[in-house]
Amino acid sequence: MLLRKLIISAFGLTVLILGGHSFYSHRHLKEAVVLGPGVTDVVKLGDYFDGIAGSINDCNLYILDSGNPGATILILGGSHPEEPASRLAAWLFVENGLMTEGRMIVALSANRSASTVTRLSGAYPSDFTILTKWGGRKFRMGDRWSSPLDQWPDPEVYIHSPSGQELAYVDIRNFNRCWPGRANGTITERACFAFMEMIRKEKVDLVIDLHEAELQYPVISTIVAHERGEELATFVSMMLPDMEGFNMGMEFSPKALHGLSHREIGDFSDAVSLLFEAPEPFLDATRGRTTREQLLTGIDEFVVKAGKAGLLFEKIDEKGWHIDVRIGRHTSAILQTMESWTEIMPDRPLSCEGVPRYAEVIENSTGHYLHNPATSSKVLYE
Amino acid sequence: MNLLTTVISICYYVFIAYVAILMIINLIRSRKWEQELLYVIVLLPFLLRLFRLK
Ligand SMILES: [Zn+2]
Repeated sequence: MLLRKLIISAFGLTVLILGGHSFYSHRHLKEAVVLGPGVTDVVKLGDYFDGIAGSINDCNLYILDSGNPGATILILGGSHPEEPASRLAAWLFVENGLMTEGRMIVALSANRSASTVTRLSGAYPSDFTILTKWGGRKFRMGDRWSSPLDQWPDPEVYIHSPSGQELAYVDIRNFNRCWPGRANGTITERACFAFMEMIRKEKVDLVIDLHEAELQYPVISTIVAHERGEELATFVSMMLPDMEGFNMGMEFSPKALHGLSHREIGDFSDAVSLLFEAPEPFLDATRGRTTREQLLTGIDEFVVKAGKAGLLFEKIDEKGWHIDVRIGRHTSAILQTMESWTEIMPDRPLSCEGVPRYAEVIENSTGHYLHNPATSSKVLYE
Repeated sequence: MNLLTTVISICYYVFIAYVAILMIINLIRSRKWEQELLYVIVLLPFLLRLFRLK
């Protein structure tokens, strides 16, 4: 009987070690960032607010300063780390971008805690690899919500500060429901507060928050704009089909919906706030197998079927929504926004070179624009 | 608020450790192999959280 107990315990221990190792290596996977020619400085979010310094959400901020006069733009990648194109599009700016007018600040892991966990019971892959000529780059697949290891317990109802609006309990760990944050709040609220402090101190003029959405979600392939960004967003939405070859709609940020970046950043700072959405079939509830391949190719016959049944807000066919397409939409939309901004406000220009646009990302693939950390001297880790 | 969540979190980890120990005691005392297997499987998520792995 003792032998039987030992065998059963050994089985449990094996499962614990294998599973535990997988969870541990996911949480501690180091993602390389090869600093491009345009990066002039790298600071920490905690430099702007002590309450986040040294914590898991004390993320890197990459500064690309042209040295020439102009506006300051902030790109938020990784607000929702289960939307990988949002992080990778920002990555392409850090590794390739060279600002020629104005200044850019980039976050690759805006909610770093959420990038260290995947959706509980979702059976998500813990990571994915972008293939390159020299091998590949491995990235963490993340979640929509901060890890319960970093923020727990959740309340019965999440009461947003300062509006007092009641939200779903789990959204107290949702970075894009915690704006403008609270200095003495949870780690997610403190991260939002730290970003607000940074936006105010660095006098950021324009914030672009990058996202991806399931095709069953009505807010998709669109720009959500704060009222001070409506003219700009409309301009960009009009230019994209002709200049870049794809459509992106434009929606107004609802005034009564609180906690979102497109609402609160605009309300609590001088910055204009926009949010970009790209389509990600991986997030659709009707998807088939939740694999790395699906994450990258965006091909899913079940989501196509849902489309035929009229359940989707974006088109999908057998070609799916490849991650290159989703990343290219984001890079082009950002570059187009900077060009449109400069046309509207020529005295505060923004200009960036070296970042591939939609057609280039699709033609050459994302991996072409990720550089080899082994042969680079300036490498940081996320 | 933060102090309260910290206190609750600490209580939670103590509680997890307590339940895990109870399950290990039950595993030792058990005489049926089905029950032993069940204890081991149920124990896993408790240990994963106790060791802050998931
Ligand atoms: Zn999102």
